[in-house]
Amino acid sequence: MSGLPGGGLARGLAITLRTMTRRSHTQQYPDVPPDLPPRSRGVIALFDENCTVCMLCARECPDWCIYIDSHKETIQVEGAARPRSRNVLDRFAIDFALCMYCGICIEVCPFDALFWSPEFEYSEYDIGELTHEKDRLREWMWTVPPPPALDPLAEPPKEVVAANALDAAPVGEAE
Amino acid sequence: MIPHGLPAWAEVALRVLAVLVAFLTLPLVVGQLEHKAMAHMQSRLGPMYAGAFHGWAQLIADGVKFLQKEDVTPAAADRVVFKLAPAVGLLPYLLVLIVIPVGPHGLVAQPLDIGLFFVLAVAGVGVIGMLMAAWASANKFSLLGGLRGAAQLLAYELPLVLAAASVAMAAGTLSLPGITEAWRPWWLLWQAPAMVIFFIAGLAEIRRPPFDMPLAESELVFGYLTEYTGLRFALFLLAEYAGIVVVSALTTVLFLGGWRGPFANEQLGWLWTLVKVFAVSFVVIWVRVSYPRLREDQLQRLAWVRLVPIALAQLVLTGVVRLAVHQ
Repeated sequence: MSGLPGGGLARGLAITLRTMTRRSHTQQYPDVPPDLPPRSRGVIALFDENCTVCMLCARECPDWCIYIDSHKETIQVEGAARPRSRNVLDRFAIDFALCMYCGICIEVCPFDALFWSPEFEYSEYDIGELTHEKDRLREWMWTVPPPPALDPLAEPPKEVVAANALDAAPVGEAE
Repeated sequence: MIPHGLPAWAEVALRVLAVLVAFLTLPLVVGQLEHKAMAHMQSRLGPMYAGAFHGWAQLIADGVKFLQKEDVTPAAADRVVFKLAPAVGLLPYLLVLIVIPVGPHGLVAQPLDIGLFFVLAVAGVGVIGMLMAAWASANKFSLLGGLRGAAQLLAYELPLVLAAASVAMAAGTLSLPGITEAWRPWWLLWQAPAMVIFFIAGLAEIRRPPFDMPLAESELVFGYLTEYTGLRFALFLLAEYAGIVVVSALTTVLFLGGWRGPFANEQLGWLWTLVKVFAVSFVVIWVRVSYPRLREDQLQRLAWVRLVPIALAQLVLTGVVRLAVHQ
């Protein structure tokens, strides 16, 4: 293509030499932690205080990797005619060997009990160890980052709009 | 550099030791240079762990690893020839280093009047080691590699010798220190075609990419090295890097003025030689990274249709200019 004979050969040499003078793209991972983008999907954390055992996450999970056991307890409330019943979470486990990190459980949770955490260094020698039980899922909560800031000119979050409406409403009507 | 007034045996021991040290260190430095330069040319980092600082000890670690490997000899192999082949492939390069001048005033292990002849003859023996390995392995891939190597040797020995003959004619001597002594900067232009041909043919002689048809790991497993393991394999690898050093050193001495530098030739001659050797070695590595392997027919075509005629034309040019200058 180039006019001179050997022009292509010279161009090949030029390309390799130019690449040598530029920074290499190697990520030195174990020494230098990777620079993860916001909302990285590393592991799913459970805020079990918020969980009501509604089972939505377990039912929506496409590959059935969430295991939930619970029992009912009754609480005697003074002045009430009957004792109240409530669900108590016994077991909440996610099998990360099955999980495909779709995040549907987090989307579907109505009580903000599940969160994405960017931590990803939890590989194991035994596949059974990849089933994280409730305590371990709770520990991941400490690694959940605050939600990233909104883009400029973005709509305010629905929760904020609702709370502002609540403040503005006359006392007594907000219920 | 070598102090005078030493007893003869001490001087010989000193010279032999110096060559041995150069033979054991320079190929490793070139090998490390290849690791790193090739990596960065491919936008990688190369070895980073061995030796803690940018993987400087990688080749030493490799050597230790090779030492620990089992030394396998195939059942059908010609045992004696098989075991001898790595030594035959490596030692010629050590012998060549003996006559390569490093600096002015006889800074050379053994000045030889027919140094150039000696170098070309001995370097050719290295190819015998490859043929021995190919034949004795009792492996068809090895044998195919050996056949290709033999064909390559036949094709490229001729332009190599013709190019070397051109510079010998220009200098009027076969002694390597003598050629460096006679060298003048304008020879860079006058002998440029011979230099390019010598370099290319030298690459083919030591079977470096893009002339690594005898190895061709995508077609022949690993050519004549297929059956080798452990230390013997490491010796062949060392021979490859020693070959780079030898070809670079010869190109330096014959065509680039050897120990002649911009200043302080008397004191720093050895430094200029080393700088030039490493610069040429870098080009060897650079060419390896940049070009794909030549096909067998392209290989033969390059040698017979391009290199040999150009080398002959260079011989004519050298003769004419030499006569014109000396009339």
